[in-house]
Amino acid sequence: MIRFAALFDALDRTTKTNAKVAALAEYFREAPEADRLWTIALLSGRRPKRAVTSTELRIWAAEAAGLPLWLVEEAYPVVGDLAETIALILPAAGQTSDRPLATWITDLIALTGQPAAARRSFILAAWDQLATAERFLFNKLITGGFRMGVSRGLMTRALAEATGIAESALAHRLMGDWSPQTTSYARLIAPDDPQADAAKPYPFALAAALEAEPGSLGQPGDWLAEWKWDGIRGQLIHRPGAFALWSRGEELITDRFPEFAPLADFLPMGTVIDGEVLAWHAAGDGAPQPFAALQKRIGRLNVSKKLLAEAPARMLAYDLLEDAGQDIRARPLAERRARLAAIIAALPGGMALALSPPVMADDWAGVATLRATARDRNAEGLMLKRLSSPYHLGRKRGDWWKWKLDPHTVDAVMIYAQAGSGRRATLYTDFTFAVRDGDDLVPFTKAYSGLTDAEFRQITDWVRRNTLERFGPVRRVPPELVFELAFEGIQASPRHKSGIALRFPRMIRWRRDKPVAEIDTLDTLRALLAGQRGFSTPAPPEDI
Amino acid sequence: MARDPVLIFTEKGIYCPDGDFFIDPWRPVARALITHGHSDHARPGHGSYLATAAAAPVIRHRLGDVAMDTIAYGEPRRIGGVTVSFHPAGHVPGSAQIRVERAGEVWVVSGDYKVQDDGLSEPFAPVPCHSFISECTFGLPVFHWQSNAAVMGQINRWWAANAAEGRVSVLGAYALGKAQRILTGIDASIGPVLTHGAVEATNAVLRAQGIRLPATTQVTAGVDAASHPGALVLAPPSALGSVWAARFGPAAQAFASGWMALRGVRRRRGLAQGFVLSDHADWDGLNAAIRATGAERVFVTHGYTSVFRRWLETQGYEAGIVATEYEGEGLDAPEAEVIAPPAAEPTT
Ligand SMILES: [Zn+2]
Ligand SMILES: [Zn+2]
Repeated sequence: MIRFAALFDALDRTTKTNAKVAALAEYFREAPEADRLWTIALLSGRRPKRAVTSTELRIWAAEAAGLPLWLVEEAYPVVGDLAETIALILPAAGQTSDRPLATWITDLIALTGQPAAARRSFILAAWDQLATAERFLFNKLITGGFRMGVSRGLMTRALAEATGIAESALAHRLMGDWSPQTTSYARLIAPDDPQADAAKPYPFALAAALEAEPGSLGQPGDWLAEWKWDGIRGQLIHRPGAFALWSRGEELITDRFPEFAPLADFLPMGTVIDGEVLAWHAAGDGAPQPFAALQKRIGRLNVSKKLLAEAPARMLAYDLLEDAGQDIRARPLAERRARLAAIIAALPGGMALALSPPVMADDWAGVATLRATARDRNAEGLMLKRLSSPYHLGRKRGDWWKWKLDPHTVDAVMIYAQAGSGRRATLYTDFTFAVRDGDDLVPFTKAYSGLTDAEFRQITDWVRRNTLERFGPVRRVPPELVFELAFEGIQASPRHKSGIALRFPRMIRWRRDKPVAEIDTLDTLRALLAGQRGFSTPAPPEDI
Repeated sequence: MARDPVLIFTEKGIYCPDGDFFIDPWRPVARALITHGHSDHARPGHGSYLATAAAAPVIRHRLGDVAMDTIAYGEPRRIGGVTVSFHPAGHVPGSAQIRVERAGEVWVVSGDYKVQDDGLSEPFAPVPCHSFISECTFGLPVFHWQSNAAVMGQINRWWAANAAEGRVSVLGAYALGKAQRILTGIDASIGPVLTHGAVEATNAVLRAQGIRLPATTQVTAGVDAASHPGALVLAPPSALGSVWAARFGPAAQAFASGWMALRGVRRRRGLAQGFVLSDHADWDGLNAAIRATGAERVFVTHGYTSVFRRWLETQGYEAGIVATEYEGEGLDAPEAEVIAPPAAEPTT
């Protein structure tokens, strides 16, 4: 744990990419293999099953520190992080220990399901042999939210540097639903079984939000415009021994969408397609349904016949990553699209797969006019992709842009709730939201409209059951419910801790499908702020 | 007939009706007793000032030619119907707790204080009393200070490591107190020590009153990383990341403050390095100081007042809150706003 704490400290103290990569690479060269494996897991969002609840942690920490629980809970919002709060209030450790990270985690996993007394004595003993910085990390292992200021891409780069294995090969191997309990470091980074990669998806290429005018992108003829569909981004894989559908969250969702099963008989072997899974209008008009329809299918392992009929799934294909077993991600988009179109054209009728149609116009003004109709098509806006671009690893600015209809949206987590007024006085409707800033949550806006009464009732129930603290009419709740907020503009505001203020923020959707780990960051908002002058409003098409 | 309490809390500050004076008032009054020279305690515009002889020069330096009377630590002075005396608070040189006695009933106003010996200020001395008015800037159990020597060791190692890499070290520290405490505690053999004008002005005042500080060079035109390689630069926190600091090139920057105990505060300030060094009492220090007074009644001010008051009640004290107009720990940058709980945030 000492070595891991030193790594964390090194990463925490710099914002320079090279310094972070160097610190990580050194760790990947020198730490025990089991620790490397767990570090890779933690940095790619995999964490051990929670053996202890936050409530238990607070109570035991208060007892160990000889403090009343309420005092610990008052300190928490000041510190802003429960793991850190606990690390700080505990008395100095009585012993020292150099047990490695993986050993601690293994013990934590073994703790799941044990009686409370056994878990309590393990945690108290652990606290008593860890220094404050190590304690903080130990607590983080339990509470989750490991960020360490390192993106997955950066981690992959460091691992490539330490192992000499190509970054793209590593990125591919780190995908999928492995866990340190099902693999070893050696098998993960260099599998000797060629089949090991069979079902693994490629890392998804991501687009940045377009803030500038599209005219700044150059000739429209150099670009592919297509609808930004509002569904689940997915990767469909057909390889020897594997037919798989992955969500962008690296969840294997093949079995939830039986509509795609027939494709296993007709797609050529060695095909990987990037596309959007949508709920489709069953009856004739060939259009996607709103996201809410698809939402009913998310998370259901067994889909009823009725639901299958109401919300049949279909994939609109964006891109082809593998053709006849060859990784073609480095080929230009124009070529990949042509090959994709050929594969789809060769399919028999009635398959749940179609090409996402290009949006054609002679000039940018024409594209903008079409973009303005996106909402009618249940699309969020347009994607603009350079026809000569490769399929990038992760997010790379310059080649792929999302040009959303709404000026801005942000995914944020609710941290405070307050009852509404008038008709909604009995409901919790006024929420304070936070975005991520490293490991911290920073409150940045309030919003109080945009959901249905039924949703507000459900949330009200949840707030009552999950109140952590009351400040007069305001209740502090655990950061768990994620919402998509829309807003018309953003401006700097030194009065706010976040440094920004939003114009007309409102909730547009309760994102039950989105984990807190995936909400937006303060940096995203700052970038938005940096990219605009004053408030922006949706530009009417004729202005473009 | 019930008499007024010895001290009462008014919109101008803490007032003694029997002596007709205020302690650290924030609005102009006729007669002010001042605990120390920080701007949230020594305000301009009062008719007369009374402070310790060691605190007076800085107050004069900041406020100009004011009507100032001085007093030695421990010297009793009769004012109206009460006797007052000033006692070391350990906060900055010359800082005092003010004791007010009326017919055997003793009240003490702590001002800002710390119980830890910083090697510079007159060490804190507990003053037995019936009622104690205590600051609680760091009145939460997450604040635990290391010894002065331990933190100075961290600063020395950081400075030496930067100097070895050919970088200047810019350390943010409040111009009155913290900067001189660091000057006193560091190993000046590591390299040259440069000072921002605000720090150097305070140094000059303290040196003139006989406080010995290591040699320093004020940063003026031509003083930069090339002229003073590997230097330690002491500057007010507001200078961190400023145009002023740019002359030192790719320097290492750090901030010495109790708030650096919180990772979130350090990160929000964009600092790679923070040193947890405070001139206020930490959680254990506050509790020990309050216990040592033997007081039954404690009023808290400056900081996490409602939480700390509730805590004191659970410990058997009769506790109350003194509202203040100013919150914040220093001469240069009030810090309270940095850590205001989110619920209190304005959202418009
Ligand atoms: Zn002060
Ligand atoms: Zn003060």
